[in-house]
Amino acid sequence: MAEIHLKSLAHSYSKNPNKPADYAIREMDHVWEHGGAYALLGPSGCGKSTLLNIMSGLLSPTNGQVLFDGIEVNNIPPEDRNIAQVFQFPVIYDSMTVFDNLAFPLRNMKTPEVKVQSRVHEIAEALELTALLKKNASNLSADEKQKISMGRGLVRSDVSAILFDEPLTVIDPQLKWKLRRKLKQIHEQFNITMVYVTHDQLEASTFAEKIAVMYGGQIVQFGTPRELFERPNHSFVGYFIGSPGMNLIEVQRSTNGVKFGNTHINLEPEMVDLLAEMPSDNIKVGIRPEFIHVWDGPNTDAFCCDLMHVEDLGTYKILKLKLDGIELKVRIDEDQTIPKNKAYISFPEQWLLVYVDEFLIDASSEQQGIE
Amino acid sequence: MKKIPNNKAWFLVLPVFLLVAFSAIVPIMTVVNYSVQDIFDQNTAYFVGAEWYREMLRSPRLLDSLLRQFSYSFSVLLIEIPLGIAVALMMPAKGRMASVSLILVAIPLLIPWNVVGTIWQTFSRADIGLFGWSLNAIGIDYNYASNAGDAWFTVLLMDVWHWTSLIALLCYSGLRAIPEAFYQAARIDRASSWAIFRFIQLPRLKSVLVIGVLLRFMDSFMIYTEPFVLTGGGPGNSTTFLSQALTKMAIGQFDIGPAAAFSLIYYLIVLLVCYLFFTIINLQDKAK
Repeated sequence: MAEIHLKSLAHSYSKNPNKPADYAIREMDHVWEHGGAYALLGPSGCGKSTLLNIMSGLLSPTNGQVLFDGIEVNNIPPEDRNIAQVFQFPVIYDSMTVFDNLAFPLRNMKTPEVKVQSRVHEIAEALELTALLKKNASNLSADEKQKISMGRGLVRSDVSAILFDEPLTVIDPQLKWKLRRKLKQIHEQFNITMVYVTHDQLEASTFAEKIAVMYGGQIVQFGTPRELFERPNHSFVGYFIGSPGMNLIEVQRSTNGVKFGNTHINLEPEMVDLLAEMPSDNIKVGIRPEFIHVWDGPNTDAFCCDLMHVEDLGTYKILKLKLDGIELKVRIDEDQTIPKNKAYISFPEQWLLVYVDEFLIDASSEQQGIE
Repeated sequence: MKKIPNNKAWFLVLPVFLLVAFSAIVPIMTVVNYSVQDIFDQNTAYFVGAEWYREMLRSPRLLDSLLRQFSYSFSVLLIEIPLGIAVALMMPAKGRMASVSLILVAIPLLIPWNVVGTIWQTFSRADIGLFGWSLNAIGIDYNYASNAGDAWFTVLLMDVWHWTSLIALLCYSGLRAIPEAFYQAARIDRASSWAIFRFIQLPRLKSVLVIGVLLRFMDSFMIYTEPFVLTGGGPGNSTTFLSQALTKMAIGQFDIGPAAAFSLIYYLIVLLVCYLFFTIINLQDKAK
């Protein structure tokens, strides 16, 4: 059983890190609770794989602690931590049969052969590999190989967490969903903590109960897929999650709201007060393309903008609009009428989010998003 | 579209055909021609049929050097392959030391055969050679010029010194091609270092080792220069290998007919060994 706690963890690949840019992982605190299915989502080079390798022990962190159930494991090598890791490219021992591959970790631990037999068959059953057990592992397809590398983690009864490093990269698209579903089944069946690294938001949200979004060496938000979509904590999360990402507009303060160009957006009085207290001038408003309201005609509340382009994606359409020189994307359903030349839009208040220094400002709960 | 039968394209093969004819077919046929005749001088030759072949296959000279040749080649492979793998495993993977060790290991390969022979001939001399003198100084009676076993040992040592590097370099490149994830996965699977070698490194060295074994077998099977420089094939015939026995017969004694038959038998043996080698490799691949 493992709860993985990363305590003021930081990691740098350079020998003498002195500026923040030297760090692949900036100081962070994070807890992966026991038995959860988590995704670690972020763009290439954000430090996801580094974080994963620190948890498995392949890398040792520059600062901070890794705690498994409250016990520091910083100096415990990967072979003595109760974790398994599945890599981007399937690792199989190609001179062995599938059975021997699955039995390998058990035999390394000098498990009695009777137990090896029963355990391997049990796991092969769960992963639908039974028919292949006698085959040589080198001639299998990529998804079967990836199942074997996962199986090698599962056979060990002492494994309490499996870490996945973009495991579906080399799998054919039509097999991806199958393998992803298998992963979920395995998670339910074995009650194992699973951390799944990916840069694909769809993969993350179908696999995980909670997603940690990483950006610039930090976890900027940890929440359910819905929270990430509706209330992104950080402008990066807004931009990265969703297709297309959130519209983010740089704005200045005005008397009862914010403005850009000649466009004034009114905000709630609490928000205006809160904004006035903030020292920073880096203010952005964000709204999801799905939440922008498109009116059928001119309206006193609506902003008038130019229609630049319509992209038809079948079940929905993306409108590209220009409002005071700023480009906005709006997503409308296929049955909605498409405006001609001019579009009249408004920003519903509950979906209009305000970011100061890239972090979300929350006026309703009087809680500041800045860490 | 109507297909026009036109075989003129075959003429394009002509240049290659001519080249191969002059470099291989004509010489071999000349040898075949020699092997069935008893030649006294340029104008006197008698057709003898298969007599030379019969005689050669019964000749202790050929059979002895053939036996010597096989045991030598197998000893070479038996020592150089494991030693080469071991050296490759010990070489550093990256950094400045990796380049230094690569250069050091590659140096013996740059030295010509006869120079290797000369180096060891001097180095191993019991009177003035450091190696030979030291062995005698610690009480081992060693003299390659008079003792057949010592001469044999010296030729073998020379080859190991000269060519283990080739196996080491081939294996080194093979080892570097193994992705890091394999070692990481093996650590997580709690594999011992023996298990890592046996199940990750060795299987992935297979293809380079096949090349290495073949090259070393071929090269050691045609060994000529080193024993020739060291003792001229002696003492007695103890280090006279096939190629030297053949050269002595053909050029030393001008027994052109028997020498031609001998060399064709030699050629067929090499062909047979290669055929067996590739059959075994192919069978293994099919078995997978």
